[in-house]
This record gives sequence, structure tokens and C-alpha cells, in this order.
Amino acid sequence: MTMFDVIIIGAGVIGASVARALSKYNLKVAVLEKHFDVCEETSKANSGIVHSGYDAKPGTQKAKFNLLGNRMMSEFCKKYQVPFRQNGSLIIAFSEADLPKLEALKKQGNENGVSGLRILNQAEVRQMEPYINEGVFAALFAPTGGIVDPFELTIAQAEVAFANGVKFEFGTKVDHITRTKDGFQILTNHQPYETKTVVNCAGVFADEINNMVSEHLLKITPRKGEYCLFDKEVGHLVDKTIFQLPTQYGKGVLVTPTAENNLLIGPTAYDIDDKSDKSTTAEGVKEVLDKAGLSIQKVPTSFVITAFSGLRATEAKGDFVIGEANDVPGFFNAAGIESPGLTAAPAIGDELASLVAHSLKASIKPTYLDGRTEVVRFEPKTVAEKATLIRQNREYGKIICRCEMVTLAEIKDAIHRPLGARTIDGVKRRTRAGAGRCQGGFCSPKVLEILSKELNQDPREIAKFDQNAILLVGFDKESL
Amino acid sequence: MINRDIVIIGGGPAGLAAAIGAYEAGNKDILILERDHSLGGILNQCIHNGFGLHTFKEELTGPEYATRYVDKINELNIEAKRDTMVIDITQDLVVSAINEDDGLIQIQAKAILLTMGCRERPRGALNIPGYRPSGIFSAGTAQRYVNIEGFMPGKSVVILGSGDIGLIMARRMTLEGAKVAMVVEIMPYSGGLKRNIVQCLDDFGIPLKLSHTVAKIHGKERVEGVTVALVDASKNPIKGTEEFVPCDTLLLSVGLIPENELSRKAGVRINPKTQGPEVTESLETSIKGIFAAGNVLHVHDLVDHVSSEAYLAGKNAVKYVNGLMKSGNTIKIIASEGIRYTVPSTLNPNNLEEMTPIRFRTTDVYKDRSLNLYFRTERMMHLKKRILTPGEMEQILIPKKWILDHPDLTEITIKVEKESL
Repeated sequence: MTMFDVIIIGAGVIGASVARALSKYNLKVAVLEKHFDVCEETSKANSGIVHSGYDAKPGTQKAKFNLLGNRMMSEFCKKYQVPFRQNGSLIIAFSEADLPKLEALKKQGNENGVSGLRILNQAEVRQMEPYINEGVFAALFAPTGGIVDPFELTIAQAEVAFANGVKFEFGTKVDHITRTKDGFQILTNHQPYETKTVVNCAGVFADEINNMVSEHLLKITPRKGEYCLFDKEVGHLVDKTIFQLPTQYGKGVLVTPTAENNLLIGPTAYDIDDKSDKSTTAEGVKEVLDKAGLSIQKVPTSFVITAFSGLRATEAKGDFVIGEANDVPGFFNAAGIESPGLTAAPAIGDELASLVAHSLKASIKPTYLDGRTEVVRFEPKTVAEKATLIRQNREYGKIICRCEMVTLAEIKDAIHRPLGARTIDGVKRRTRAGAGRCQGGFCSPKVLEILSKELNQDPREIAKFDQNAILLVGFDKESL
Repeated sequence: MINRDIVIIGGGPAGLAAAIGAYEAGNKDILILERDHSLGGILNQCIHNGFGLHTFKEELTGPEYATRYVDKINELNIEAKRDTMVIDITQDLVVSAINEDDGLIQIQAKAILLTMGCRERPRGALNIPGYRPSGIFSAGTAQRYVNIEGFMPGKSVVILGSGDIGLIMARRMTLEGAKVAMVVEIMPYSGGLKRNIVQCLDDFGIPLKLSHTVAKIHGKERVEGVTVALVDASKNPIKGTEEFVPCDTLLLSVGLIPENELSRKAGVRINPKTQGPEVTESLETSIKGIFAAGNVLHVHDLVDHVSSEAYLAGKNAVKYVNGLMKSGNTIKIIASEGIRYTVPSTLNPNNLEEMTPIRFRTTDVYKDRSLNLYFRTERMMHLKKRILTPGEMEQILIPKKWILDHPDLTEITIKVEKESL
């Protein structure tokens, strides 16, 4: 059996960040992921916000990694071709009585090292955001807030890791971990794995993984957040990310443009028991729509294109759990990574990778490639650039997804690039085909056909996401 | 940049008829731009019959109906670029398009016809609670899989929405070997044609549950069932009426939306009721030289009406190119009590044909009422109707002579009235 140096459990944004950061060392690394692609749990269903860092209590891991992540995000996204915009955030207050709360947040932000925080009066807020609700009294402006594409932030890092030799084992669910004299044995639904070290990036399941080996038990409660996503037609209604003053359940409902120019509102915040319950509810969606109505003039409900929910991994002590378990040398945690986890992810990856590399006395790999194969996006290009692209490769002249203007060339690239897409959702998250206003109504049969052809796979085996999420159940008249 | 007189965006039934209309009005410099590989649009996947009763006095299948027009286009030597996607239209009538062979094409048109059709409303627009598994399809997507690709998207089916595509797919899925448990409709009436309810549901014993909705979708990977519930007057599910219906597939037939992203980009004014452009009697939009017809203008029930409307639009585009479109005062058409919208919404007396069709839908189901046309307070038309339903488009024809006889007319009104016994 191969002995790995590091096994990372989970291929969400944290697992991908750790994998990317570890891939520059001379180490044998594998990522075990129960789903069929990266970015299939919390990383695909969140606000996509790069938080400025005023919200976390000073001295916490959340505060530390939020700031580190925020400061590195712009360069990082440029280097790895991840859509990102530093649009700034507003935290709005509805009455004069709330002003002390804004002041307190500003003070906390200053203490955390957030730069540029400023309190705006009503007129200033309105000038900055003309579509803001008239009931808004004042706001805290955080110019370092941003928006990022959470899919790409995960996929990009996984691609870098893969290109530098990290092995990704999909459809592999960890059942059991035992300590051995050299490290750990991991039993899965497939083969067992031997490894010197483990990095636990299992999201809402990170407590279960930790508790398999450590006496220092963790308890993660999934906290559900429901969202509504709107057509790009209304993506320009706001420019900044608009938060409401935090409540005891978190940041309240936000209204924001996304890095892909949609409008997003949400999330709710309810603790639930079932870690796989990512259903939306009528009450949740209503709450999101109602609360968003406090922030902006009118919620454009007829432009909703989808609703979704994600689960925050809320640890009982309320902070990120990052580092080697005290009682289990070689077992590292990245647990309880709820908001601002997306912001913090690249920094958490760097931190854990350096801890692991140090413990294994690993050296830097001279062949490490710090970048990603170019991702060509057709739609944002100028008319002249489009013409040039089609001359270079005629398949840029074939539009598959008409809503997001995604071409055949892009879809084929998404399938064939490192760690490429194998599912309809995999193509969607890499290219945006099917992410637009018709939600794949027109393009999904075409994408399915392309996947089937390029992967040389029977169309009846092509899934929306996991193995059993197939689209076609048989041939016409088969069951007559 | 190339120059063409008439550029037609979309080669479905509307675009094809518009091209023929323009050609027969005397202009042969026509270019059709079609994003798909074949002309004919959605008709190509509508393999059931029932098309063409008005136009050809026979019952054709969708592909047969399309073929009649495509043959004519070929016979007239009208150029059509297929696999070509229009990416931009400007108010100066410049059309930008791309395809694999030509790369980028830019065309200065003298007139543009918008004939892009419509798309299906997705699940997200309804906010149906529950999971997001595989097995949720819009009815048209399922129709494509079954009729074009030869694959079944499911074996046991619930259909939400009783639009015509949903009704047609209830029959098609049954004929292809699936079990259709029911069609669920949130309104107290069907959005589809009566004949489709009879031929697609009643004949196969498929129940139509009016005033019901899907309150929840079950299944984490593939659909495992849906919760169906009765709704109250505000369309919310009523507690205690929920019923779990096991199925592996949910088809959605919950409305069609005209595809006007290009029109909006060009600055064409859109009617919020129809989601299509505001047009005059000549089917000209708010931008001079840009005309619209078919489902991009307002969603039709019958392709025959799409064809006749688009034929007229093509003809008018030529009139415009020839400088014969006249300006002058326009008469507003008011959609009053019981009328949701009218197409057109204005009339210019100087540009009228002998008869001008006004098409519209009612806001609700009405029994034993009348449709009425008023010129100010003078009732010009009174049509008794046993039943009026939003699911069936209505049409009245206004003679040119009536308008010319009322030179100072500024608005005309259409309304539903109670029949006094």
C-alpha cells in the first residue's frame, strides 16, 4: 500500500486551499472527497463575500485569518484567474439608536486592523447607493470588502494542486481513522489509505473526523442559510455589499452583487440537526425576501432565477479550529470554518501547509508551477477580441449556453483541463453554462451530449452531480 | 460591415413567415440569422399533430408545419445563416452575430425583425421549496430529450403547470412508457387549450388537480417524490391538504417568457404585462425600423397566429424600408376591465390595413360575458362569449373604415362586460 505524507479530507475551498499550498513541497499528497467533484458542499452555497474583518472578535482565529485572507485576496485572484471585485461593504443602521452599534463595529474593525472604515450619514449612503431603502439612517462603510466567485476560488486552487501532483480521490468517503506506528490508516468506502499526517477539512462533518482520533471532541452544528439569486438584469441595483447590523444569529440578510454580476440576497440562519439537509423552505425564502426589502427600495422578485441553501459549519466554541490536535501528533484540523471562512481560506491553506510541511521537514519542490492553465471566458471579451478568438478556434463561434453566452470551446476546455468537469454541475461551475436565467433549460441537453462525447460515456450515465443524480433513465419506449 | 435591407433575428415560425412576408412585399435583400442548426425553431421537437388548422386547413405535426415554410424559404432563395448567434443589436440597426465559419459578422440593416421566440420559466422563478436533485426538467427540455434525442428523462412523472407543453408532455411521456401521476395547476383553471386537456389528459385518465401546487420537492440526488397541496386564495398551500406523490421526475410547465434580452440591449420599450415589446399597428417597436412578431412579442397559443402576425410584420418592415411608413397621431388601445393586455397597443390611422387584428388575453376566467370595443363611449363591437379564459388568446378585427370615420379618435377601449339577461 502506498504511504502518503498527507491526506486531506474534503475538497471544499479549505481542502483545495490546503492542497494548493502543500503542492509546492516535496510531499506525497492526496485529497479524499466523497462527492464527484470539488466544491460540492458549503463552498458552493454561500454569499461569495470577501469580508473586510470588522465582524470577528479581536484576538480570535476568525479575526486573524479574515484579515490575512482579505489582504491577500486581490493578488491571489489575479494570479489564479478567479473573478473578484473589491466593491466595498456597507453595514446599515435603521435608526439613530443604532449608531453606537456602528461605532462599536468600527472600533472592533480598527482593532482587528481593518483599514478605511468610515461612518456615513443618510445622504452619503444614498449618494453611494441610490437604490438603498429610504429607511436607512446611516452606515458603516468598509472599503476593503469584496466579492469573489466561490466556485472558481475552489476549482482554481484544486487545479493548481492537481497540476503539481496532488492526487484527488473522488467518490471516496472516510469511514474510520486509526493511528498506526507511522501515522494513520484511513478506511473508506473504497480502498484503505496509509498516511503520515491528516488534514481535516471536512466542513460540517469535521467534528466527526476529528472525533475519530482526538479526545478533544468537537461539536459542529450545521446552521442553514437560504438564498435567492437574481437575473443579471438586476445585478446592477446595488454596487456594494449591503449588510444589516448583526443579530445574535450572525450577519443578518445581505444584498449584494456577485462576482458574476447577479444579485444575491440572503442568508437565513437556523441551526438544524441533519447535516445533509440542504433543502430550501417556503418560510426561509420568504424571510430572505422580506428582510432584503428593508435594505433596498424594492426586491425585484420577478427576476429570481433560483433559490438555494448552504450549511455553515458552526463549532460549539464559536471560533475556527486551526492546527495540530494537541493529543494526536500529525492530525491537523481546519474545523468550524464558517463565515468568514471563504475569505480566510487561502490564508488557512498557507498556515496549515506550513505547519504540516514543518512537521514532516519537507523541502520546496523546484518543479512547482505557481499558476493555472489559462481560463478563457468568451462573454466578457470585446467584440474585436471575440472575432480573434473565433479565428484562433472556431468552436468559440458556437454558443451552447445562450443566457451566459458560453461557447463550445469553453465547455470542452472545462472537461479536458486539469481536474476537469465530469458532470452537468461541474461544467456549470467552471463555465457558467446553465447558471443563467433559463437555468439550463436550453443548454443542459447540449452539455450532456458534449460530456458524453468528450468523456466517451453513455448519456444515461451522465449525472447532474453525484453518481446517482443521473438525468436520463433509459431509451424511449423501453418500459412499454 | 455588410449591408442588408431586412435582417431577421430567429428562424423559427415567426422568422420564416416574416421573411416570406418581406419577400412578397417586394424586397429580396433578406437575411435570417438562426442560432440553432436547423430552421423551424421549437416546432422541430413538437412531433404531435394539431398545427396548421387555420393556415393550411389540415392537421400537421410541428416538423411538417415548419417544413412548409422552410421549403418556401429555399424556393425563394432567401438566405439563412444557421448556427449563428446574434450577440448585439443597436438602435442604429447594426446587428452583431457570431458563428464558427464567419467568426464575427456585423450587419447594417435598414429594418430588423425581432423573432426570437420565448423560453420556459425555470423552477427558481417559482421558489418551490425542497431539495435540488436531478429529475426536475422544464417540459420543453424533457420534450427535446424524448422527441429529438430518444431518451426518457424519467419513469414516473408529476407535471406542475397545465400550460400546453405540459399537457402535450403528459401524453408523450405516457405513450413512451412513463407513468404520469397527475398534472398540478395552481390556478383554478388550466393555462392550456381545452382540446389539449381532452386529448392529452382525459383520454389517458391523467388527473388534472386545479388549485393545487407542489409544496415540496423530495430526494437529495434524484427526485423521489413531491408534496402536492391544495392552495388558498393567495396561492399558499393549505396545511392538512398535503399529499406525498412518489415520482422520479417533476416536469415544469409554468409559463413562457418572451426572450427580449437583445431587444432590451437595443433599448426597445418592453410592456411589463407581456414581457414583449410595445408595438404599433404595424408591429413596429419603440425604435424606428425594429419590428417584432411571434412569441417574442407575446406568447401565442397557436403557431398559425404566429405565422400570420409575423407575415404582416415582414410586410411592414418593407413598407418602412421603402419610406412608406407614415407618422401622425396615434390612437391608444386601452386594455380595460377584464383585459390583461392588447397587441398592438397603439394604432396610427395612416398606416392601417383593411382589417387590423387586435390580440389579447383576459385577466381571469369569465362565464357568460361579452367582449366589447368602444370608441370613446360608442360601443362599436359586442361579442357574446359563453366562456373567456386567460389560457385562450382572443382576437378582434377592426375595419379601417371605422377608424377613418372617427377622425378625432384618441383612444379605443376593449373590456369584458356582464351580459344582461
